[in-house]
Amino acid sequence: MKILVCIKQVPDMESRFKPNANGTWFEEADLAFRMNEYDEYAVEQAVALREQLGDGAELTVLSIGPDRVVEAIKKALAMGCDRGVHVQDPDVAQKDPWQIADMIAAYARRYGFDLIFTGMQSQDRGSAQVGVTVAEQLGMACATTLVGFAFDNGVVTAKRELEGGLKGVVKLKAPALVTCQLGLNIPRYPTLPNIMKAKKKEIEAIPAADLLTVAPLAATARFYPPAKKGGGLLLEGDVGDLVDRVIGILKEKTAVLR
Amino acid sequence: MKTLLVGEYREGKLLDTTYELFGFASQLGAETALFLVGSDSQLPAYGGTLYLADAGRHGEYNPDCHKRLLVQAIEKEQPDYIVFLHSSYGWDLAPRIAATLRAAQVSEIVALVDGGFEVGSCNAKMRRTVKPTSPKAVLTIQAGAFPAQQPGGAPQLQRLEADLASALEFVGYEPAEPKDVDLAKAEVIVSAGRGIGKKDNVPVIQALAKALGGELGASRPVVDAGWVEHSHQVGTTGQTVSPKLYVACGISGAIQHLAGMKKSDFILAINKDKDAPIGEIADVLVVADVLQFAPALTAKLAN
Repeated sequence: MKILVCIKQVPDMESRFKPNANGTWFEEADLAFRMNEYDEYAVEQAVALREQLGDGAELTVLSIGPDRVVEAIKKALAMGCDRGVHVQDPDVAQKDPWQIADMIAAYARRYGFDLIFTGMQSQDRGSAQVGVTVAEQLGMACATTLVGFAFDNGVVTAKRELEGGLKGVVKLKAPALVTCQLGLNIPRYPTLPNIMKAKKKEIEAIPAADLLTVAPLAATARFYPPAKKGGGLLLEGDVGDLVDRVIGILKEKTAVLR
Repeated sequence: MKTLLVGEYREGKLLDTTYELFGFASQLGAETALFLVGSDSQLPAYGGTLYLADAGRHGEYNPDCHKRLLVQAIEKEQPDYIVFLHSSYGWDLAPRIAATLRAAQVSEIVALVDGGFEVGSCNAKMRRTVKPTSPKAVLTIQAGAFPAQQPGGAPQLQRLEADLASALEFVGYEPAEPKDVDLAKAEVIVSAGRGIGKKDNVPVIQALAKALGGELGASRPVVDAGWVEHSHQVGTTGQTVSPKLYVACGISGAIQHLAGMKKSDFILAINKDKDAPIGEIADVLVVADVLQFAPALTAKLAN
């Protein structure tokens, strides 16, 4: 059984973001990058399934982007993926979700996967499109926003997160694609021996141009900070002073302190 | 300009959020038609064309079948935009429609700007303006971003039927976990976010909640990590609250959290990052390490 997990490398969301020179995405220079949080849950679930299936299974991790994304692939290999695929694309930020999905689907068609895991969305773009679009392009069954996953005898039982704490349970037969929500599992930390082992694992490099077959359907016109709504008070300084000022404000503005 | 709005129906009821789609269409200045897999007994207050498929027959959640139904409505209506809510129904079905039409999709729109659509980026710290280049486009709008509008009237029905075949079998709903804490009744809620660092620091936030006579709340990452029980979670997948005072401790302010607490009378946020999105709705943002500030505030309140 062949399993694929797709991951994205994104900036640390605690960073301060600045528009780049053409104003359509962030300036990368001072940013630290890490694996997209949703994808950590996807990798964990894929690795857990790989362990459940034993030697009959092979788990591939794929990421698209410039050379820095190899770091994210290495982390996934250290978590337990068997082999990596780096789709080399220095201009990945200019691609729309339709093109990203097209590249993943092109690779998946070559290799023939039974199950594909993705995060529900990325933290930086948040389109929540790529996973479902890959499934559509491959004609695979697809369930989104998983907070529960079980696999038995070729059938996935998935628990989807709906609004207000409600969940929906669905069953789908492989070949299938699932998108993973935060809280699906507890992603493991790679151990030192597994980090060492991962160094010997293969990472296949494929130029994006070998996979991409479509033009974009949408473009980012501008990237910018939100307009400040104003009204809110920003307090900075010594903690002792801050406490006194906050107590003063709460006494004046709320009925909860007397 | 024509829009086909995709309404929502769950557990036998038309969802009120459907009316937010009309709010969006009105800002766009567009004509509307509505698509719904629902029921004759739960018709929306809308006098335009309603493409209606029966949920009893086609299922409340059957994306393969709903896709076939919606494609029929799109062929008849020929809209410029097909508009969904960015919800568990919308973000699931929208990309399937976009892929079928080979149309652009713009996700989680928060506003209309400069002939494009404004969406959040980088955990809502930044914005992007996105412009589709395909003749038709699929849009999803952020819950709460466009005020609901009830057009009123009785719809002109166009009934739809489709093949039920699906690669996916809907087994059933699982209800939300029972709440042992009813945060909706609390006058003060003090919530812990990822910024508290670790589970061992939860008592620091609990102590502040107690000093203010309130209940403990939590953001999603804190619940997912198992630091605080799910029954304390505030947000779209937890409880929606509007206390007299809401204190957000180390919560950056993901939209799902903000949607659950932004109607609070007074919001005090404590965060090290002065650009954190929580600052957009907070009355006061204290830029500080919550693990220093919260105990100091608790101690002072005890005096």
